[in-house]
Amino acid sequence: MLGPSVPWYLAISGILFGIGTVGVMLRRSPLIVLLSLEIMLNAGNLALVGFSRSWGVSDGQVFALAVMAVAASEVCVGLGLIVAMARKRLALDVDELSELRG
Amino acid sequence: MGNFLVWVIWIGAASGCLASGVAVISFTNPFYSALALIGNLASLAVLYLLVSAEFVAAAQVLVYAGAVMVMFLFVIAYLGGRADAPWAGGPRWLRLSAVVAGVALMAEVVVALLWKSDRLNDSPKIDSTFGSPAEIGRLLLTDHLLAFEITSIVLLVAAVGGVVLGIQAREPDAD
Repeated sequence: MLGPSVPWYLAISGILFGIGTVGVMLRRSPLIVLLSLEIMLNAGNLALVGFSRSWGVSDGQVFALAVMAVAASEVCVGLGLIVAMARKRLALDVDELSELRG
Repeated sequence: MGNFLVWVIWIGAASGCLASGVAVISFTNPFYSALALIGNLASLAVLYLLVSAEFVAAAQVLVYAGAVMVMFLFVIAYLGGRADAPWAGGPRWLRLSAVVAGVALMAEVVVALLWKSDRLNDSPKIDSTFGSPAEIGRLLLTDHLLAFEITSIVLLVAAVGGVVLGIQAREPDAD
C-alpha cells in the first residue's frame, strides 16, 4: 500500500486513546470528559479501520460505523444528563457529584 | 512520487490529529475544546481516506463533525461555556498520577502494537470495491444484519432517553 503501513495508523490510534484517557482522568467538567470519551471512541475506530485494511476485508469498517452510532447515542444521553444537572442547579464538576459514593 | 505525497498527507493528518487531541484536553474554555475536537475528527477522516475507507470517512464528517459536534456546541452555548482549568482542584499528586497512568497506557499500547507489527506489515492487495458505499451496504444488509438492527434499537432507546431526561429536568421549577 502507498504511504505508511498499518502499524503506523495503530500507533496513532494508541496515542490518541492515551490522550483521551488522560482527559477523562484529569478534567472535572463533564462536558470535557464527554469530549475526551469521543477521542477514545475515535481511537478505537481508527484501530478497527486499520485492521480492516490490514486483512483486506471491509467488516471492520461496519463495526466502526456501529461504534459511531453508539457514540452518537452516548452523546445524546450524556448531554441530556448534563442539561438536566444544569437545570437542577447542580455543580458541573465530576468531583463534587459524589452523592452515590458508598 | 505518489508514495511521497501520501507520506506528506499522512504526517500532516497524524500530527494534526494528535495536536488537536492534546488541545481538546488542555483548553480552559470548553467551546475551544469542542472546536479542537472538530479538527481532530476531520484529520481522522483524512486518515480513513488514506486506508481507503471512503464510506467511513464520509460518515465521520457527516455524523461526527456535523451532527454530534453541533449538539455539543449547542449545549456548551446553552450552559454558557464555564471555564474549567485543566490543573485546578484536587490534590496535586492525583493530577500527576492521572497523567502518568495515561502516558503508561499509551506507551504500553504503542509498544505492544509495534512489537507484533511484522504480522501486519504485508497488507494484501485490495480490489476497488474495498470500503466503498456499495460494499459497506452489502455487508450491513447481509453478514451484519443483526448488528445493524440492534444499532437502530440502541439509537431509538437513546433518543427516548434524551427526551425523558429533558422532561424530568423541568419539574424542579414547580416546587
